[in-house]
Amino acid sequence: MSVISSPLSVAESVRDQLKSGKRDAQGRSFSLLLQLSLALSILILLVLLYDVVTGGWSVLGTRLEDFLAAPMRSQAADSGVAQGIRGTFFIGLFTVVISFPMGVAAAIYLEEYGGKGRLARFIDINIRNLAGVPSVVYGILGLTIFVKAMGDFTGPNSNGRSVVAAGLTLAVLVLPIVIITAAEALRAVPQGLREAGYGVGATRWEVTRHHVLPYAAPGILTGTVLALARALGEAAPLILVGATTGFLTGGSSYQIGALTERFTALPIIIATWAGRPGDDWEAVTAAAIVVLLGVVLLANTAAILLRNRFEKTRK
Amino acid sequence: MSTVTTDPGPLSVADLRGDPGRLRKERAARILLAGAALTSVVISIAIVLSLIGEAWTFVSQVEWKTLWTDGWFPRRGMYDVKTIVSGSLLVTVIAMAVAAPLGLGAAVYLSEYARPGVRKILKPVLEILAGIPSVVLGFFALQFISPEIVQRFFEDANQFNIMAAGIGVGILTVPLVASISEDALRSVPQSLREASYGMGAKRVTTVVRVVIPAAVSGLVAAFIVAVSRAIGETMVVFIAAGATGGSLFTLDPLSSGQTMTAAMASQAAGTDQVRGAALTFQSLFFVGMLLFVVTLVLNIAADRFVRRVRQKY
Repeated sequence: MSVISSPLSVAESVRDQLKSGKRDAQGRSFSLLLQLSLALSILILLVLLYDVVTGGWSVLGTRLEDFLAAPMRSQAADSGVAQGIRGTFFIGLFTVVISFPMGVAAAIYLEEYGGKGRLARFIDINIRNLAGVPSVVYGILGLTIFVKAMGDFTGPNSNGRSVVAAGLTLAVLVLPIVIITAAEALRAVPQGLREAGYGVGATRWEVTRHHVLPYAAPGILTGTVLALARALGEAAPLILVGATTGFLTGGSSYQIGALTERFTALPIIIATWAGRPGDDWEAVTAAAIVVLLGVVLLANTAAILLRNRFEKTRK
Repeated sequence: MSTVTTDPGPLSVADLRGDPGRLRKERAARILLAGAALTSVVISIAIVLSLIGEAWTFVSQVEWKTLWTDGWFPRRGMYDVKTIVSGSLLVTVIAMAVAAPLGLGAAVYLSEYARPGVRKILKPVLEILAGIPSVVLGFFALQFISPEIVQRFFEDANQFNIMAAGIGVGILTVPLVASISEDALRSVPQSLREASYGMGAKRVTTVVRVVIPAAVSGLVAAFIVAVSRAIGETMVVFIAAGATGGSLFTLDPLSSGQTMTAAMASQAAGTDQVRGAALTFQSLFFVGMLLFVVTLVLNIAADRFVRRVRQKY
């Protein structure tokens, strides 16, 4: 900091500074640095997508149908992801069917019923901590409870290592995410809407059911789709729960009875194939990634678009 | 005006009580919803219980000297904890070296510089990056980052190396850092910025001297959450860092290695029955417990910092 000497020099320096706005090197380089960090993040995304699509093209371009319909085999050239798609499909189904109603109900309790009570606060803190638990640890939960303790129910012929156990584990894993996003959507509902309902004598449940929920529905839906995308991409808990990483006969049936048999899923197939040496395995891994990304990114993009659209119409 | 009212008769308490059917419904709804909310508490208890049983078996039966040997080879009865803990730390440090500057830079740009139109396009792109499954980044780390980046600068690096895995985990946490930091920056009141501009400060000065210091609690929270996430990340390390059978103690990021999470995954993936030396299976739960405690402490700390921001503004 310079010491002010005379009014004249102060005027000079102020004039200088005002004029030098165009060549503010420090500000320019800072802004450039920021843009660079964002550009780099986006560049990584693009390189990743390019790398995967070009890597998998030799498979996707030549034998797409066969790749989607064939089971895992010992040779890369005729391996496919049918079993993985089937496992991922059922895991997604379990996740939505279990964690959506459960999560929304819990969020309603926290936001509409619990208020600032001690119980609601305790549950809220508990859910926030659950959301931060690493996914492998959920795998341990699934292994202990859904595979070992409930094995007779989840997989009598597969030591409990079934798609049912996996689906339940991932439903538990994404439950906190569904609750947190649903609670956020409920919090965004204007208070006046509730007061109007109470004003005409509605009970709390009636206000929630007929006024709050319809208003919050898009937000809740967005949260659920994001949670679903997360569940479809998870691999670590599935490894703990006992998804088959090697050779698997069957495992591509969509019948109810087959739910308790051994299984695999798309992320598991990718993790297994990624470790195998050779260009042909690299190509099928990249192709499997394209299939998984297709599903996950489609869900994510749909959720983001849905949210942006409703944010716009509300304002 | 003449009032033409029919006498409603005396009002009884029963009239004010409301329809019993509706009240019953109300009570049922409350119980069901509370039940759903309490499920989360049950899950927490179930996690702790499922960890603690076998973890205790491990701690009470293991020979203490096997916890401090040359490496982590659970199937051979070598449970060197420092191998996997230092592996986790190494991966986390590398990941944060990538994620902290990139995430913070992106957040500052989106919050302080980007015009609304630009922000509306760029933010979803970051969210798409956030949605990429970790197995995909594991493959990317192994097939692209390792040969194209790490081995280009360090020729003697292993194909499976901790550095590539760390960079992969870092990329995975960039959107997390960016979104929490951006929330923190945006919650700084506009009046602070205006006061700074009113004093004649430039934008860069305002951002660096006023906005960032005001949001520092939230930025710290973002950093802690990202650290917790990096420690808990499994698949990138499992795929890209190698050492699936076990690992010797190493602090060299160019060699293959193992983290707490990858140790659990590779042990479970190794054989379908997860067998080996007597306590192999139990060691899985011991590591899980360790991981659970570490991430829990970090998450609670992050929560404190976030709350501090909320109280301030």
